[in-house]
Parts: sequence; C-alpha cells; structure tokens
Amino acid sequence: MLWDLRNKERNEAAAAAAAVSDAGQLIPTKVLRKFLASLTSRESPVLMDLGPVVGSNVTFLGERLGCKIILEDLFADVERYPKGSETPLHEYLKTRLKHMPESVDGILCWNLFDFLDLPSAQVLASALTKILRTDGALLSFFATIGSTDARFSKYVILGDDSVRQRPYSTTGRKQNALPNRDIIRMFEGLKVAESFLLKNNVREFLFRKIPQTQ
Amino acid sequence: MWKRDEAVRQPAQPAVPTNEAAATAPAAAAQPVRQDTYRSQNARDVVNIGKSVVIKGELNGSEDLTIEGHVEGKIELRDHVLTIGPNGKIKAELFAKAVVVLGEVIGNVSATEKVDIRENGSVEGDITSPRVAIAEGAHFRGSVDMAQKAKQVSSGPRPAEVKSQPAPQPVMQQPQQAQKVG
Repeated sequence: MLWDLRNKERNEAAAAAAAVSDAGQLIPTKVLRKFLASLTSRESPVLMDLGPVVGSNVTFLGERLGCKIILEDLFADVERYPKGSETPLHEYLKTRLKHMPESVDGILCWNLFDFLDLPSAQVLASALTKILRTDGALLSFFATIGSTDARFSKYVILGDDSVRQRPYSTTGRKQNALPNRDIIRMFEGLKVAESFLLKNNVREFLFRKIPQTQ
Repeated sequence: MWKRDEAVRQPAQPAVPTNEAAATAPAAAAQPVRQDTYRSQNARDVVNIGKSVVIKGELNGSEDLTIEGHVEGKIELRDHVLTIGPNGKIKAELFAKAVVVLGEVIGNVSATEKVDIRENGSVEGDITSPRVAIAEGAHFRGSVDMAQKAKQVSSGPRPAEVKSQPAPQPVMQQPQQAQKVG
C-alpha cells in the first residue's frame, strides 16, 4: 500500500516535471530582485512592460508593488511592422511611445532589443531613457550570440529570482547579439547598475537613470 | 382505472421544482419554463441584457448585471457584479464592484474589488482595481492601476508590520550561478 502511494507520488512528480519542461525554459535572474527592490521604496510607482501581456505578471507586479502598469506590447508592433516598408522601423519607433518625459519609474524590456536592428535599438533606447524618471530602473536581457531561432518569448515571472521563458510563434525575425559597448552607448543617460552573464548565455542588465546634474 | 388516470394527469403538471409554486399559480402553469427562469434569476438578483439589445446612454443599477448586447456610454453598478458576456460589445466607461469580461470592452474599467478578463475576453482601456486577473488568451491593451490596494494597506492599523512582511513567493528552483560581467 505504502509502495503504491510512493509510486503514485513519483509518477505525479515526473508528470509535473514534464509539464514544466513543456511550458518553457526556467531562467534564473539576478537583476529582477534588484529591479523590484528599486521600485518598492517608491509610493505608487509606474511600471512599463514592453513584453506581451502576461496575466500572472500583472497580478504579481501589481500586488507586490501596488503600482500602475503600462502594458506596451512592442513585440507585437515589431512583428506586425511590414518588412521592406518605405518608413523604416526606427522612424516608427520614434513616435511610438507617447508618454511624458520622466513619467515612468521602471521599464521591463525583456529581450526586445535582440530583435531590433541597431538604428531601431538606438531610437528605442533613447525614447525609454527620456520617459524614465531620475533614479528609475530599466531591466533588459541581451543574447550573447545571434540566433536563427526567431521566435519571440513571453517571460513569466515566477518570483524574485526566476522567470520562465515561453517562446510563442511569430512570423520570425533575426535575433541579433549586440556587443556590450553598443548597449552601453545606446542607453546614454543611464548607468549600468548591475550586469550578469548567466550560464545560459543571456546577459542581463539593470540600468538606473542618473540625475542630470552629474 | 386509477392507474390510467394518474398516467394521464402526470404530463399535464407544470415542470416547476416546488409543489408550492404549482399550487399557487394556475396561470403560471401555462408557461412553466419562463416562470422558473424568472424565479431563479430573481433569486440570484441578476439581470440579463440580451444579444439583440442596443443601449446608448447611462446605465445605473443596484443588482448584478450580465450584458450580452451592445452598450455605448457609461455603466455604473457600484456595489454589484457586472459581467460582459461572450456576445457583449461595450464602448463605455465601466464602474462596478467586480467586472468579469468574456466579450469586448473598449473604455476604462474601474472596480472596487476585482477585474477579471477571461479567455477570449478583450479590453482596450485603462483598468483601475485592487485585483486584476488576465487569463491566457485574453486580449488587453492599456494600463493597470492596482495602487488602491497599496494605499489601503498603508492606511491600515499597523503599516510597519504590513510593510515588513515578505511577499508571498512561489516555490522555485535556486538560480544558476552567474558571472558578473566586466
């Protein structure tokens, strides 16, 4: 009887593990905790998420921070933007975010920049820098090597230290790997507060906006 | 003979669940199903606006409401639950205790308790509510303001204790070791 129960538990655990692996890749994160901590001290912070809408993230962030979350799914915009359009993507991105300067306390970019060409990445980075409040935080992931896997990902926050990366089907875009030098130059006006290279070859950066007087 | 009479009478009886209802309303026995539906709705205090109904203007109420039709303007059910059914198409500002969306909403949504966007539900507008649930497969475009909850917590009797409580975290694996870059 006890043996049967143990077997049942083992089978259930194996089934649960299989379900987890099907659901996406677990990615440990070092900077999410710091990103959240930087917002916790602020009263009713404003957070911008550039990724696709993930209901559990909204619940997690909202209940954790008591914040206003602006959901701007730029992945969808990038995917829908016609390739070979007369107006290049970076021109479109110049006017895409119509938020007031210094109006957002935190920005989650996920790995959006991996799917942008350098001019578009620069335009978006300067737009984000502009709308970020002084001492605000920006979190972004960058691949270390270019990849043919052109699928976008949803990042599901599991806790302060881990997220689940769930690819979803798209029309496909080349995934670039920006060098550190370009990343730091792109975000002029922000300083690199934390950066880590994870074992899965993802670089994660936490930027903070420095006061203009410095 | 007795058995035959019973067999004839049985189908003629109204299909209402209680004997009391059958005895007191001989006229209602003519439309037993409709009567039954009406009674069960009253019991739950829910009103339905059907698929073919189009309303333009302001809608106020003090009971739960389910909308399957089209509404443009403003809907206010301050202490009740507003449900936008799968066929509901709303272009309005919504104010309610709780809002459940299975259809389409264009406009801002405010709830004092919860906003729940179910699978295939769609909201384009800003949500203000202490609790928000967005299901997988739902469409949402706008912002979510859950600041009310934090305000409520901070105005509670022992804010220091509340603040010091660690946030609930799901069980997770330990992160991989990471190297610090440059």
